[in-house]
Amino acid sequence: MSAAGGYALSREHGLELLRQMLRIRAFEDRSYRLYGETKIRGFLHLYNGEEAVAAGVMQALRPADAIVSTYREHGHALARGISMNAVMAELFGKQTGCSRGRGGSMHLFDAAKRFYGGNAIVAGGLPIAVGLALAQKLQHQSDLTACFFGDGAVAEGEFHESLNLASLWKLPLLFICENNLYAMGTALERAQAETDITTKARAYRMEATAVDGMDAFAVEEAVADAARKIRNGAGPALLEMRTYRFRAHSMFDPQLYRDKAEVEAWQKKGPIVSLTTRLKALGLMTEEDYQRLEREAEAEVETAVGFAESSPWEPVSELARFVYAEHIA
Amino acid sequence: MRIAYRDAVREAIRDALKADPRVFLMGEDVGRYGGSYAVSKGLLEEFGPQRIRDTPLSESAFVGAGIGAALGGLRPIVEIMTVNFSLLALDQIVNNAATLSHMSGGQLSVPLVIRLATGAGRQLGAQHSHSLEGWYAHIPGLRIAVPATLDDARRMLAAALASPDPVLLFEHLYLYNMEGELTPGLERVDLEHAAIRRAGRDVTLITYGWSLYKCLAAAATLAQEGIDAEVLDLRALRPLDDAAIMASVRRTRRAVIVDEGWRSGSLSAEVATRIVEQAFYDLDAPVARVCTAEVPVPYAKHLEAAALPSPETIAAAVRNLLTSGAGG
Ligand SMILES: Cc1ncc(C[n+]2csc(CCOP(=O)(O)OP(=O)(O)O)c2C)c(N)n1
Ligand SMILES: [Mg+2]
Repeated sequence: MSAAGGYALSREHGLELLRQMLRIRAFEDRSYRLYGETKIRGFLHLYNGEEAVAAGVMQALRPADAIVSTYREHGHALARGISMNAVMAELFGKQTGCSRGRGGSMHLFDAAKRFYGGNAIVAGGLPIAVGLALAQKLQHQSDLTACFFGDGAVAEGEFHESLNLASLWKLPLLFICENNLYAMGTALERAQAETDITTKARAYRMEATAVDGMDAFAVEEAVADAARKIRNGAGPALLEMRTYRFRAHSMFDPQLYRDKAEVEAWQKKGPIVSLTTRLKALGLMTEEDYQRLEREAEAEVETAVGFAESSPWEPVSELARFVYAEHIA
Repeated sequence: MRIAYRDAVREAIRDALKADPRVFLMGEDVGRYGGSYAVSKGLLEEFGPQRIRDTPLSESAFVGAGIGAALGGLRPIVEIMTVNFSLLALDQIVNNAATLSHMSGGQLSVPLVIRLATGAGRQLGAQHSHSLEGWYAHIPGLRIAVPATLDDARRMLAAALASPDPVLLFEHLYLYNMEGELTPGLERVDLEHAAIRRAGRDVTLITYGWSLYKCLAAAATLAQEGIDAEVLDLRALRPLDDAAIMASVRRTRRAVIVDEGWRSGSLSAEVATRIVEQAFYDLDAPVARVCTAEVPVPYAKHLEAAALPSPETIAAAVRNLLTSGAGG
C-alpha cells in the first residue's frame, strides 16, 4: 500500500500534492472558526485528516471526467479546481457561491468542472454516478466517472444496486469509498458483518483494492492505475481509501463513541505530516518550502473570506429561480 | 418542573420501555452516539443493546424489520433520523406497513411506531429540510400525529404504542430545544383530536407542528390590532379531526391554514377542501393558506426565511382576509 510501483516522487509532484492538502486543511480550519462566528450555518462536515484522498484522486483524473461527491466535499471541490472564493462564498450563502447560496456546505456544484454535487443523502450519489458513466459509455467517450462515498454508505441498498448495475453494464465508473471507520457514531464493525469493503465489491465482479488513504501519493497511484484500466474498457473498479476524520462528524457531535487516544494516534500518521516528513527525508523539500506553501494557503483562505464577506446576497425576489430550467436562448 | 421537548420525548420512550418488555427502540445512532438530536441519550446505558438497537445506514431494511417485528409480537419504536431519509424506506412504509391489515382481510396488524424529525428552519438545505408529513397523511392504513407541545411530546408515544396500527410521529427539529412546563396531572392524550391552543372570535388559524408557534405569535400581534384569532393545533393529520375544524370555523367564519408543506396537492389543500365541502355556507371569506414557497428549501438564511411561513406572513394573510374578504 505504499508508493512503490513505477512512480518516482519528484519535487514538483510532491509539492503539488502537499499544496493541495494544505489548502484544504487551511480552508477547513478557517471554516470551523467561521462556524463559531455564525458566518457559516447549517450542517458543516470537515475533511481534516482525509485530505490525501481528495488531493491524490484529483491529481489522477482528467478535466472531462465526472465527479459525484458527498456532503463532506470541500476537499473534493477545492482539489478539483473549483475556486476557493466560490466555495467559501457558498458556505456563507452568498450569491457568488458555486451554488448561488442555495446549496451551502453540503451541496457544492460546478458544471464546468463536471462536479455533480455534494449529495447529503448517504449513498444518494451512487446511482447518479452509474447514469453519468452510462452516458459516457453510450457516447463512446474515454472519460470516466469518479464517485465518492463513505463507509456508512456501504450499508445502503443503493450501494449494492449501483455496484451491480455498473458491473453488469461494464461502465467506466470508479467507486471511491472513503473509509474513515465511522458513520457518525457508528464504527464500521458495528455496522457491517463483513468489514472488508473490497470483498463486497469483488462479489459484484469488479476489481477492488484497499489503499492507504493517508498517503496522497499512494492514492494517486492507485487511482491512476484504476483509471487506466477503466478507460481501456475494463468496467468499474472500487478503491477503498483507508483514512480517518480528525474532527467531529459535524458541528453537533460530542464524540462519545471514540477515545481521544485513537484520534491522536491517527493524527500522528496524518496525511500532511507524513508527506512532509517524506519529502524532507528524500531531500525534495525544505522547511522554507513548507512554510511558503502554508503561507500561500493561509493567504488564499484570507482572500476567500474577504470575497465571501463582501459578496452580495441573492435578492429575495430571486427565490423561486432555477426550480425549473431557465432556457438560454 | 421545566423540561425540554427532547427530554419529554426521552421520558416517553423510557416509560414505554419500562412498561412493556415488548417495546424496543431501533435506528441510526440511537445508542452509542446518543441520538442525532440527543433524544435517546443515556437509554443504551439504562436498557442495554438488545432494546436500544443501533442500526447500519439501511433505512429500508430496518423499517421493514420494524414491520416484521411488530407482526411477530413486539412493539418496536423505529427512529428514522429525519423524514428526509424516510424516502429510502418509503416502499416499506407505503407498500407494507400501510397495507398489511387491509390486504390480509384483517388477519394481520402492524403495531409499529415510527418517530421522525421533520421540517426546515435550520439552514440545512433542500435535502434536509423536507416537511413530508402531508404526503404520509395521504396514505390509508397509516396514522399520522404531530406533537407540537411538550405535553404531546411527553404523552403521544404511549397512545401511539397502544394503537394496533402503524403510527408515524413527526417531531419538528426546531422544537427539540423548546422548554416549558408540563401540564400537571395530564397523563394521557389521544391521537384523534385537534386542540384549540388559543381561543378567538374573528378567524381560525389551522396548523400543526412548529407552525403552531408562528400562529400564536401572529395571533399576539393581531390582538394588538383588535383582531382576535383562534389557533387550532391539528395534532393528528390522519385521521383529520373534521368536527373540531368545522366547529371552530363555524364560530369564527374565517379560516387560514398554515402549513410548512408546499401548497400544491398538500395537507392544507385537503383541509381547505373539507371546509368548503362541510362549512361553505358558514364562511364570510374564502379559505386562505400560508405555505412554504414552492422551491426546494434554500440554504441561505434570508432565502430560507423568505420561503417559510412566518408570523408576519400569517398576520398579513389574516389582515387581507378581514379587509378585502379575499383569500391570501
Ligand atoms: C440516507 C441517509 N441516512 C442518514 C443520514 C444522516 N447521516 C448523515 S452523514 C451520516 C454518516 C455517514 O457516514 P459515512 O458514509 O461513513 O460518511 P462520513 O460522514 O464518515 O464521511 C449519517 C448517518 C443521511 N444523510 N442520509
Ligand atoms: Mg465514515
